[in-house]
Parts: sequence; structure tokens; C-alpha cells
Amino acid sequence: MSDTTAGMIEARKPPPQARRRWGVARIAGVALCVLWALLGVALVVSLLTGYDADVFSRYMPRMLEGLWVTAKLVVLSVTVGGLLALPVALARMSHNFLVSKLAFAYVYAFRGTPLLGQVFLLYYGAGQFVDQLQAAGLWWFFRDAYNCVLLTFILNTAAYQAEIFKTAIESIPRGQWEAASSLGLHKSHTFRKIILPQALITALRPLGNEFILMVKSSAVASIVTVFDLMGATKLAFSRTYDFNVYMWAAIIYLMIVETLRRVWAVLERRLTRHLER
Amino acid sequence: MELFQMLAWGPDGWADELAEGTWLTVRLALATLPFGLAIGLLVALAKNSGEKSLETAANIYTTIFRGLPELLTLFIVYYGGQMALQKVVGLFTDTYVEVNGFVAGMVALGLVFSAFASEVFASAFKGIPAGQGEAAKALGMTRWQAFRLVTLPQLVRLSIGGLSNLWLVLLKETSLVSVIALNDLLRNTNVAVGSTKQPLFFYSVALLIYLVLSLISSKGLGAIEAYVKRGEERRA
Repeated sequence: MSDTTAGMIEARKPPPQARRRWGVARIAGVALCVLWALLGVALVVSLLTGYDADVFSRYMPRMLEGLWVTAKLVVLSVTVGGLLALPVALARMSHNFLVSKLAFAYVYAFRGTPLLGQVFLLYYGAGQFVDQLQAAGLWWFFRDAYNCVLLTFILNTAAYQAEIFKTAIESIPRGQWEAASSLGLHKSHTFRKIILPQALITALRPLGNEFILMVKSSAVASIVTVFDLMGATKLAFSRTYDFNVYMWAAIIYLMIVETLRRVWAVLERRLTRHLER
Repeated sequence: MELFQMLAWGPDGWADELAEGTWLTVRLALATLPFGLAIGLLVALAKNSGEKSLETAANIYTTIFRGLPELLTLFIVYYGGQMALQKVVGLFTDTYVEVNGFVAGMVALGLVFSAFASEVFASAFKGIPAGQGEAAKALGMTRWQAFRLVTLPQLVRLSIGGLSNLWLVLLKETSLVSVIALNDLLRNTNVAVGSTKQPLFFYSVALLIYLVLSLISSKGLGAIEAYVKRGEERRA
């Protein structure tokens, strides 16, 4: 046994670990990390030394109430908008010229203009038609800025989500439709049981992004007197001139967005685990 | 008919105010672009450097400016910048200084734009095979030559789609500066609405102008994309 290995060349040792050098990149990187750390420390110090128990106890509860308003706005608009988006996406892909053009115009108009402008149009525009709206029994709805903002958000996110659904549905290979058809499945059945489940998985990531975008854009509501998190923060700042309130708001928003991003990543990995190789 | 008379040019109508606002909106977006692109590219290079500390610093940057609402970033830059500047100037003199709204808007929008652009650039970098860098090295190119002649042309091609989207987003986000008293299109529209009491009409006109700006941009960007991708084979 031993003479079989006798004539062999001895196995070579692995090369020693390359020592990491202090190049330009590393110096810059460490310097920038230190800078971030210093900024973080400065933020903490400013929050602690500038801590005013009076301001905190008066405005923190308001900001948390605002957070609840933001959460309601975002969750409601994304879910209702999502329900609205599917028919719009289907209309967009319809073979009927008029239907598809109308859906296209809707999506294009809402995606091509700023959300703030849309909010202004609906909120102040509704105020111009008080009499007509009262006659129609709808004034109670449009009187409240919150409702106007919610409606605008729903219409806005529906346009974006319709585009997401359309892309996802079109990404499913045509062979799937043909295979289902050759098995004698009805078109609506094929769509519900075969196409949609696959499309929704493709749509998962862009839908998560849209959700996060909505959290951020919802701050716009504060401009038309809705006291969401941003609105409560603005109120606190205008009364106290305490810049720390903006820092609290920034920390809250960042925590929400980062949590959402991470939860969504876990969700996506879980839901697509059958696709991994 | 009366409504359209309000759109006359001159002191009686609002067309000149709207045009001025549109011009400011376009100028703000155009001024933000180079600044955002440059920082975005630098941050993407840092993310791709293979140096852990540099990557961490770059990721912190993106996490912050991608996660904050644009409106909040704008307020922090505007009011925070105001307070910081006042403090610094206060060390020397007692004069009151004011932060320029245009600059504050440009900085805030640029920070957000660069955070998103860095993601676009970083994923474009991943689309360029590492073998190309090695080949360039084997040909005796310096790192700067390899970047300029091999990586950059492909980077433009791979990132143009994502950057086009970001430009359209930027164009719409400029409307937020109307809340820091900068006379952009939306703010001038607010003024017009305030004096004529015709919100539906004027906001519709403003949104239409934004829509036309988006339309022109996407036509222009489409042409640029076709130009930079002219060497690629066409897929049916």
C-alpha cells in the first residue's frame, strides 16, 4: 500500500492568505465608515441633548397617531388599488380597441403626472363642485381631505399596479395558454388556475417595491392638511422649531421601509422556494 | 371660453406664469441630473470595489436616501441646511442668511436620485463579465483605460433603461419643491388657482404640461437608447 504513494509528488500547500493592503480603496472605505459612525453619534447626541420632555410628551403621541393614519392610507390604497388594477391590466390587453386605449390613457395619465398635482386636482377640484356633490349626496366624502387623498392614492397605485400585472401576465410563455387550450380548458379557467398564479409570483418583487414607494409617497398627504406621520411632524416643527422632530420622523420612516423590505425578501424567498435549483 | 381667456399671455392671463414655472421645473430637473448621476456612479463603484468597508459605507448611503420619503429629505435639507448655515455664519457675523430654495431642492432630489441610480449602475456592473476586465489587463491596459474603453460603453448600454425611468421619476418629484416656496410649475398653478378660483381647470392644465414633459422625455430617451444600443443585434 505504502509504495503506491511513494513515487507521487507531495501535495502542495495552499498559498498563504493574501494580506489585505492599505490601498486607496481601503483608506477611503474606512474613512467613510468612520464618517458615517460620527454622523450617527452626532445624531444620537443631538437627540439626547436636545431632548425636551415637554415637546416629546406633547408631540410624540401625535406622531404615533400620524403613523397609524399613514399605515391606514397605505394599506387601504395598495389593497383596493390592487383589486382595481387587475381589471385595468386585463382591459389594457384586451383586443377591443376602445377598451384597451381607454385603459392605456388611464395608466399613462396617472403614471405621467406628479402625485402631488393629482392630490391638488382632486381635493381642490372637488371643492369647486360643492353644490353638485351635495345634490349627488357625495359631499360628505369629498369634504374630508383624508378621503380625497385616499381616493387619489388608490387611483394612482392602481395605474402602477396595472402595469406590473400586465408585464407579469405577458411574461408567461404562450405555450402555457396553448397547452391548456389543447387540454380543453376554458380561457377564463386557464387564466385563473394557470396563468395568474405564475404571474403573481413574477409580480411579487415589483409589488413589494410599489408598496414601499407608497409608504414614501404618502408623505404628500401632509400638504393638504392630513395629519399623517409627516403632517404631525410638520405641525410639531412649526410650533417648536425643534429640528429633532424631523430626525424622529426620519428614523421611524427608515425603520418601516427597512422592515418592509426585509419581510418582503423573506416572503419572496419562501414563496419561490419551489423554483430554486 | 372664459376659461381659455385666462390662459392668455401677459398680465391678464396666466400662460406666462405657467411657462415660467415649467421652465423652472425643467431647469431644476436638468441641474439635478449630472450631480445625481456622478454621485450614483461613485457609490456604485464603491459597492463594486470588493473592499468591505467601502461597500458598507455605500450601502448605508443607499439605505438612507432610498428609504426616506422625498418630502422629508427635502425638509431636512432645507430647514436643516438653513439652521446649520445660520450657525456657521453666526460665528462670524449677525447677518441673516437664507438657503437658496433651488439649491436645497437640487441637493435633496440629487441625493434621492443618486441612491436609486447607484442601484441601477451596480446591477449594470454585474452584467459585465469579469473576464472582460481580465482580458483588458492581459492586453496591457491600465485600470483607467479598461474602465473608460471597455466597461463604460457597456455600462451606458446596460443602465440606460433604468436611468430613463429615474429621469421620469425625477421630473415628477420636482413638484415637491413647490412646498418650499420655489416658483415651479405646480406652485405657479397654486397661485393661479388662488386668484381665479378655478382649481379644476388650472390643475388639469398643469398636469397636462407634466404629461407633455414626460412624453417629450420618453421620446428623447427612446432615441438615445436606440442610439447607444445600435451595435446590439436586434431580437425579434
